[in-house]
Amino acid sequence: MSYREIIRNGLWGNNQALVALLGLCPLLAVSNTLINGLGLGLATTLVLVLSNGTISFIRHWVRQEVRLPVFVLVIASFVTAVELAMNAWFHDLHKILGIFIPLIVTNCTIVGRAEAFASRNPVPQSMVDGLSMGAGFTLVLMTLGGLREFIGQGTILSGIHLMFGEASRALTFSFGDDFHGLILAILPPGAFFGLGLLIALKQVIDKRNARRASAPQAEPQTTTATAEG
Amino acid sequence: MASPSKNILLSAAILGIFGVLGATLVSLTWTATAERIALNQQQAFLRNVYKLIKHEEIDNELLKDVITIHSPALSKGKIQVYRARKQGEPVAVVFSPVQSPGYAGPIHLMIAVRADGSLAGVRVLSHLETPGLGDKIDDSRTDWILDFEGKSLDDPPIEKWKVKKDGGVFDQFTGATITPRNIVATVRKTLEYFGKEKERLFKQPAAPPAEPPFH
Repeated sequence: MSYREIIRNGLWGNNQALVALLGLCPLLAVSNTLINGLGLGLATTLVLVLSNGTISFIRHWVRQEVRLPVFVLVIASFVTAVELAMNAWFHDLHKILGIFIPLIVTNCTIVGRAEAFASRNPVPQSMVDGLSMGAGFTLVLMTLGGLREFIGQGTILSGIHLMFGEASRALTFSFGDDFHGLILAILPPGAFFGLGLLIALKQVIDKRNARRASAPQAEPQTTTATAEG
Repeated sequence: MASPSKNILLSAAILGIFGVLGATLVSLTWTATAERIALNQQQAFLRNVYKLIKHEEIDNELLKDVITIHSPALSKGKIQVYRARKQGEPVAVVFSPVQSPGYAGPIHLMIAVRADGSLAGVRVLSHLETPGLGDKIDDSRTDWILDFEGKSLDDPPIEKWKVKKDGGVFDQFTGATITPRNIVATVRKTLEYFGKEKERLFKQPAAPPAEPPFH
């Protein structure tokens, strides 16, 4: 598989959140603000790259029968290391994402990519796969987080100082304290609605692209449709 | 091919090796980060304290001048009491964490009481309240919690230590009464505890706990 294909798959074609629908637990729980989404997304991406690289590196030595326990061991070790590192260097953000970082272990995306890709492909490809799958996941987390905080509390990039320091606080956009948002967007159901809409949007775009690709055949159908409508 | 038992042993050995490697990675990371994490926790705690009591008002080492109290009537779990002093004179005590029942789970509070029995302030350390409703107790969401500053058992009078809905002076939130009601009650109980135990709270010899401060 070419790198170009790997990257396109991770970001769009086989996006883990929108197509594979993996990792829903952290995706839905942490996507209440854009910065939370970014934080968890980056942590997940880091773990994905490390675990994909390691698993690809050891793929010839690990026997079939024990491969899944070994994958889980590798992933759990990396997650713990990342969690400790985050606690040491991004302490405030760690406080917010605290309980979700250990849950990266149970994010099916990671063991899924280990099994489906890293255990069958060379190290460089596997790491690129981890990076692009992670980036795809992060983008969805950020979009969903941004949407939810905008609709729910009328802000964008709130809490950015937790990640980039006090200087970045000015980047936070807010409608002000009088804004009464749609609380539903912040609550768990809002995450489901939001994700549903994003998936639908992706379907629409994919369909449109497919139609454009096969334009000559599709044209007559569109005309009849308009005629009927 | 090797015999089945040999296969099993080999698999077990591989699994064992990865177990050891994983544990090594984790313990190395822990060694590299433990000190920094403990420092972070102390600093985060002190940042919270200095929001309530100015740094200049204190000259003792707050993190070392600690006692632990148990008071089931006041809070589930033990409370650390940090004594703030200036030139040996009592300035204030910081109760942290005081656990108040919330709507969705325990709320951990930091409650700072000045030596004269007035509140230096209250902050929410952690909570599980509903976003947009109960989470207005968090000082990053609204200023509600700042209202406690300067209040004492005489001001407002003790029978007014309630939310407005119950005939008191403290605001509640639209759609969330239980959360503020419980916090007001917990703060009042803390003040009562302080009134009764003030002497002991400042005099009891310090015994800093091994674990870092809750924050």
